[in-house]
Amino acid sequence: MTHLALSGISKHFGDFTAVRDFNLDVKKGEFVSFLGPSGCGKTTTLRMIAGFEIPSSGMISLEGADITDKAPNQRNVGMVFQSYALFPNMTVAQNIGFGLQVRKEKESAIKDRVKEMLSIIHMEDKANSFPYQLSGGQMQRVALARALAIRPEVLLLDEPLSALDAKIRVSLRAEIRSIQQKLGITAIYVTHDQEEALSLSDRIVVMNVGEMEQVGTPFEIYNFPTTRFVANFVGSLNTAEAEIVDPNKGTLIMDGARLESSGELKGRNKGDKIMIAIRPERLSFLSEGKKENVLDGKVENITFLGSVVRVDVTIGGRKFSMDTFNRPSLELPKIGETCKVTCSDKAVLILKE
Amino acid sequence: MAQASTSNGFKPVTSWKVWLGVVPFFLFAILFLLLPSFRLLTASFSAPDGSFTFNNIIQLFTEPLIVNSYKLSIQISAVTALGGGIFGFLLAYSVTVGGLPKPLRSVLITFSGVASNFAGVPLAFAFVATLGRQGFITAVLKNTFNLNVYDAGFNLYSFAGLSLVYMYFQFPLMVLIMAPALDGLKKEWREAAENLGANTTQYWLKIAMPVLLPSILGAMILLFGNAFGAYATAYALTGGRIGLVTIQIGAQIRGDVLYNPGLGYAMAVGMVLIMGISLGGYSWLQAKTERWLK
Amino acid sequence: MSFLSRLRRFPFWGWFWLILGALYFILPLYATFAFSLSWDPADPFKAYERSFGDSRFWNSFLLSNILALATILASIILVVPTAYWIRLRLPQARRLVEFLTLMPFVVPAIILVFGMIRIYSTPFTIPFTDIVFMQPLTQFKAGTNILIVAGYMVLSMPYMYRSVDTGMRTVDIRTLTEAAQSLGASWFTIITRIILPNIRSALLSGALLTFAIVVGEVVLASFLGVNAFGPYLFLLGQHRAYEPAALSFVSFLLTWIAMGLIQLVTGGQGQAAGAH
Repeated sequence: MTHLALSGISKHFGDFTAVRDFNLDVKKGEFVSFLGPSGCGKTTTLRMIAGFEIPSSGMISLEGADITDKAPNQRNVGMVFQSYALFPNMTVAQNIGFGLQVRKEKESAIKDRVKEMLSIIHMEDKANSFPYQLSGGQMQRVALARALAIRPEVLLLDEPLSALDAKIRVSLRAEIRSIQQKLGITAIYVTHDQEEALSLSDRIVVMNVGEMEQVGTPFEIYNFPTTRFVANFVGSLNTAEAEIVDPNKGTLIMDGARLESSGELKGRNKGDKIMIAIRPERLSFLSEGKKENVLDGKVENITFLGSVVRVDVTIGGRKFSMDTFNRPSLELPKIGETCKVTCSDKAVLILKE
Repeated sequence: MAQASTSNGFKPVTSWKVWLGVVPFFLFAILFLLLPSFRLLTASFSAPDGSFTFNNIIQLFTEPLIVNSYKLSIQISAVTALGGGIFGFLLAYSVTVGGLPKPLRSVLITFSGVASNFAGVPLAFAFVATLGRQGFITAVLKNTFNLNVYDAGFNLYSFAGLSLVYMYFQFPLMVLIMAPALDGLKKEWREAAENLGANTTQYWLKIAMPVLLPSILGAMILLFGNAFGAYATAYALTGGRIGLVTIQIGAQIRGDVLYNPGLGYAMAVGMVLIMGISLGGYSWLQAKTERWLK
Repeated sequence: MSFLSRLRRFPFWGWFWLILGALYFILPLYATFAFSLSWDPADPFKAYERSFGDSRFWNSFLLSNILALATILASIILVVPTAYWIRLRLPQARRLVEFLTLMPFVVPAIILVFGMIRIYSTPFTIPFTDIVFMQPLTQFKAGTNILIVAGYMVLSMPYMYRSVDTGMRTVDIRTLTEAAQSLGASWFTIITRIILPNIRSALLSGALLTFAIVVGEVVLASFLGVNAFGPYLFLLGQHRAYEPAALSFVSFLLTWIAMGLIQLVTGGQGQAAGAH
């Protein structure tokens, strides 16, 4: 049951292509994040849904109706801006009630809705404060309530947390998610922060230079990135070149060492060169009894990162990072020692291109 | 060595010695700003024989010559502040958010900087050359359109004419003040308003105008003061035929035309008071906007 | 984009107001210039030749320039150390000094000169005696020159102080000073080699604005009896027609040059004007 559909959306600014052939169906109540570096087209796509930009080609539909060329003030789509964009001349309550006021709703109805919104964001006591009297986190909560007050079909959030301090970012993040789930509203969330996208979303769209790289659940995006860009952008990663020995069994050779991979090798031939990737936390020191995917390495450096210890190992002249959980019983080799490193065949990812 | 001189430079100075650094400035301000102003204040409370009196202040509100000059000054200042304010605002709007090409903005700002500083005698002469009886535009209108503006009732050396001249430095000043204020209107406010369902009129009435209003009022107050204190332009143009407060004070300095020197001082003090109130109002409104636009 | 939608987006009223404004700006200037050329059709520049051929013009113009230069120098000597000291050591005096620098907006030139004449046209006596300490400043030439330069300093104070203070804020003079001190620089070195070069453009824009105010100034000059350019132009206007137009046009060009240079040195930051 498609709620919001973007089909074949492209946007050009002169010679520059901001978004190319964007296709996405969003279900009602779904939380979708657009994740990517700045300039990847994620904000442009969001602004096309809001109506601030008109697509050069393609169609946007909401509940089956074509809204591609509709004016922004006819769409009933709520938006939260990175810079809050609260009206400085209005109180918190007036800001939240603005959308209903321009819709000419009854005073009493506006009052009730504002009250309801204030209680959702836990700011009943600030109803009569002006924006300049609020902290950044409070301002963004008011902006969220203002966008929700009009009962929008879709809530759009354009990097709403990037202007805030790290601590408030995490707590407000959880608040946004819980409000979204409580109201069951469809949300599109633009961010360049992978942690935000992973922790908030039902689905993530990873974008790069105007194109969709991969669409999937946070679990899929993190564990099974299909392209090198996604693998690198989401989490940290060891990448290496390898050669296919047996495409059916998934046997590879990397710098002379044999590796088994459960990744997709259909359509590839023996002798093809491919890119593989292994997450640092999927590598571990050899425990007895294992025979497959055993690599000889030398410890180069050990860094304590709190809950995690990162060990840099060279394997066949290539540097790999591996992460192990830090616990008191942890025994680590010394720098300069040789060691044996292993991982499961599921951990060896095969990347496209 | 380096360390020694460093600690020397940072040697804490006792609190009263720190003030020695600003003594020259305060001395200057006292000698050439405060003392002259204060002298006018005390003199305005002095009778011709030197005794204390409220008579001068009372006459400020009863002597027809003085009351009329204040009326005239306030009228011309209000008219040119309002006219120059509206025109200047529309100009500033055109080059900032009005959609005109970007380079025009810096051209207008430069011209406004020049025109707002181009006042006094040269400005008066420029308008005489333009709209005086033998002026260039007067001649063009007469020869080309067969329209004699002076027969039609226009006179450069009148209230209307002087207002026209004052406008030349008034509206550029408005442009200079309003352009940054209009820049302060965030694009996101407009987008947020549209997103919430507002149309352009609703955006201007409920957000842009209320946000700009303190700036507009403040700037107009400044324009008011700007015209109120002007002397040279009016004197060069009309030679004293239009009895503005500044013109009357000028006459009083030249010779005792009011037959009571104390009255001249009282006029000056009244003027400073009005200027002070204007500037106070301006700063108050300015602080209000800055708080909003922070 | 279709022709119609382009037409709809055409900012008609923007252009309308801009053209109206441009006419208001330019017509009087053009008219003044045209008028100044119309004296003698055979010799269009007659008004300029006559004006520049008059030694009284050169004397008064030279005097105005000297006064402007003296005002600029004295203002810099007074304002720079004061603003610097307040930024560095005496932030509690900021509000008071800013208030004083804004006072010239409240006390227009005509009032200032009124008060000055009343104060300085009487002799200075040693307090509680009749012994004359100094003749009134208005009674001798050096005295009136001191008075007029001081008056011009007051009139230009809001611009000069604000310009210098803003310049010091943008380069964070405090940190620069501390850095220089920690490297062992003396106060003289700090002021001449760190502070002044860093507020160069601020100083220049303050100086140019002061120049624009002083060169055509007429109120202080005429009431203090100084034969500067302003009073000369005013008197010329009483019994001549074409030369004043020519000189008005020249003084507009001077203002334009000063403002254009300010735009150049400050990189387009506009300057607000004040009392006329």
